[in-house]
Amino acid sequence: MGLEIFVCIKQVPHPDHFSEIHVDVGKGRVIGEGIPVIMNPLDRHALEEGLRVKERFSGRITVIRMGRPRVQKAVEEALAMGADRAVLLYDTAFARPDTLATAFTLFYAIRKLGKFDLIYCGNETVDSGTAQVGPMLAELLDIPQVSSVQEVSFVDEKSLEVRRAWEHGHMKVRLKLPALLSVTRDINTPRLPTVQGIMEVPQKEVIIWNAKDIGAPLENVGLKGSSIYAAGIHEYKTDRRREMMQGSTEEKAQRAVARLKELGAI
Amino acid sequence: MSDSGEIWVIGEQRLGRLEEVSLELLSKGTALSQRMGVALSAVLLGDEVEEIARELVFHGAEKIYLLEDAQLRYYQSEAYARLLAGVIKDHEPQVVMIGATEIGKELAPRVAAKLRTGLTAHCIDLYVGEVDAAPHLIHVVPGWGGNLVMHIICPQKRPQMATVKPGVLPRAVRDENRKGKIIRVKPDIGDEDFSRIETVEVVEEPPRGKPLESADVVVCGGWGMNALGGFSMVQELADILGGAVAGTRPAMDKGWVGEARMIGQSGKTVSPGLFVSLGASGAMHYTTGFMGSKVILAVDQNLQAPIFQVADIGIVGDLCEILPCLTMELKKDRMPKKF
Repeated sequence: MGLEIFVCIKQVPHPDHFSEIHVDVGKGRVIGEGIPVIMNPLDRHALEEGLRVKERFSGRITVIRMGRPRVQKAVEEALAMGADRAVLLYDTAFARPDTLATAFTLFYAIRKLGKFDLIYCGNETVDSGTAQVGPMLAELLDIPQVSSVQEVSFVDEKSLEVRRAWEHGHMKVRLKLPALLSVTRDINTPRLPTVQGIMEVPQKEVIIWNAKDIGAPLENVGLKGSSIYAAGIHEYKTDRRREMMQGSTEEKAQRAVARLKELGAI
Repeated sequence: MSDSGEIWVIGEQRLGRLEEVSLELLSKGTALSQRMGVALSAVLLGDEVEEIARELVFHGAEKIYLLEDAQLRYYQSEAYARLLAGVIKDHEPQVVMIGATEIGKELAPRVAAKLRTGLTAHCIDLYVGEVDAAPHLIHVVPGWGGNLVMHIICPQKRPQMATVKPGVLPRAVRDENRKGKIIRVKPDIGDEDFSRIETVEVVEEPPRGKPLESADVVVCGGWGMNALGGFSMVQELADILGGAVAGTRPAMDKGWVGEARMIGQSGKTVSPGLFVSLGASGAMHYTTGFMGSKVILAVDQNLQAPIFQVADIGIVGDLCEILPCLTMELKKDRMPKKF
C-alpha cells in the first residue's frame, strides 16, 4: 500500500520577463498577455519532495492546478518530472479569487479526490507571493500544516519531523499524517525531466473539472467568494532626489562619489 | 461592556523576546485607532510573558489580552491559531494586524480561514481613505511594475486582517508612563491541541556574514550582474564600503546570494544609510525592500528602468564599464591621505 500524495502547483510568468508585465492604471488591471510561463519555481521543489517520498514508500502523485487550460506548461513539466496524473480546475466561476477563495477551490477538488496522506505546496509563488494558500487549505481540510519547510524526515509511515526556518534560526516540528507541507528551496534540488519522462506525458491522465464537477458552491470561489478586492492601482509617492549623473563613464563615477560624500552617505 | 470594533495587533514573542515588527504594528495601530476613534489592543501568547505585555502597553496598546500557559512557550501552530481565532470571535475587533514574519505568515492565514475572512498579504501601509466616496481601511501592497502599489479593501467581512511587512513602518515610541490594562484570558487548551502537531525545539543560530538588517551600507546586485559573470564586483564594492551583500530574486534564483540575503516583498527589508542597487530594473516587489534607506544609488544600463524613479543618485551605463570605474573612485576615496 503506497502513499497518496497531492502537489498543488501554479503556472506563473517567467521571472526573467517580469519587467514586461505592465499595468493599466485606469482599468486597474495587470496585463501580462503573451509573457512566457513556467511552473512556480518552489512548486518544483514541492513536486521533487513528493517524488522522493513516492520512490521510498511507493504511491501515487497527483498534481493539482487551478487555471486556464489553454497553456499547460506547468502541468506538462510536472508530468514530465514524474507526476502520475494531473487535475486541472477550470471554470469562469473560479476567476479572480483571493487566497481564501483559491484555497476553497482546491479544497473542493481534494475532497472529491478522496483520501490522501500528504499534500505538498511551494512556500510561496514568485508572482503574488502571499504564502497563504497552503495554510488556508490545511485549515479547510482540518489537517496540520507547516510553512517554510527546509527538511523532512519520516519517524515512521504515519509521522514526520520537519525542520522549518524562522528569522533567527530554525524550529523542529513533529506532525502526524495526513498533513500539508509548504516547502522552501533548501529542501532539495529538483530533477530535470528526462527524455523518457517527456515521452510519457501524452499517456498520462489529465482530469479537467469545473465548479459543478467538484461541487463547489459559487459563493465560496472566484471573485464572488473573495473577501478582499483590489480597489485600484496607484503610483507610490517617494521623496527621492532622482539626480542622474552626466558625462563620460569616468565623470559619472566621480560625480556619483562626490555626491555621496556631500550627502554624508560615505 | 462591548469592546467590539477595536484595532488589534498580534504581539509576537519568541523565546521571551518581542519581535520588532510588533512595535511597528503598534505605531500604525495608534494612528488608526485615533483616526477611527476606537481602542487599540494587543494579544500576546506565551509562557511568563507579562513583562512583554507591559512593553506593548509602553508602546501604545491600551489593552492586552494575555494568554499564558507552559504549553504555549513555543509557537504551536494549531493551539495558537485556535486560541487566537477564539479570542477574536469573543471580542470582535474590526481590524487585526499580524507581522509578516516566518511565523505570522503561517499563523495569519490559518486564523483567517477559521474566521472565513479576508487576509491581505504583507502590506507596506494601511490608512483610512475613500473608495467610491465611502470610507475604507486601505491596505497598500506592492503592485507590478515600477513604483506602483495596489490598494486592497475588505468591504464586507470582519475582522479585516492583514499581515504587515517587518521593517517598513516606523516603530512606536516607548513611554513608560503609559497605562494599559492587562486582561488575562485563560487558554482553554488540552493535549489534543498538540497531538497532531507540536513544535518540539526552537534553535537560534547566529547570522552568517555581516547581518543585513543592521548594516550601514547594503550593496545589492540584480539580474544585470550576469553581464559581469556574477557577483564578484558586488562583493568588492561591499568590501570597499564596509557593507553587506544582498541580491534581488533573480539573483537568488541564479544562486549568487542565499535566500537570507534576498531583498524585497518576500525577502528582507533594509533601511541602511546607503543602499546601492546594481543591475536591477526596480520592480516594486524589489524596491519595497529598501524604501526606508537614507540614500539610494542605482546603476543600471536602461535609462527607462523604474529604479531611477526611486533613487537619489542614478548612473546609466554599461555595468562592465561603470562598475570598475566606480570601484576605483571609491577606492581612491578610501585611501589614507598622505601628508
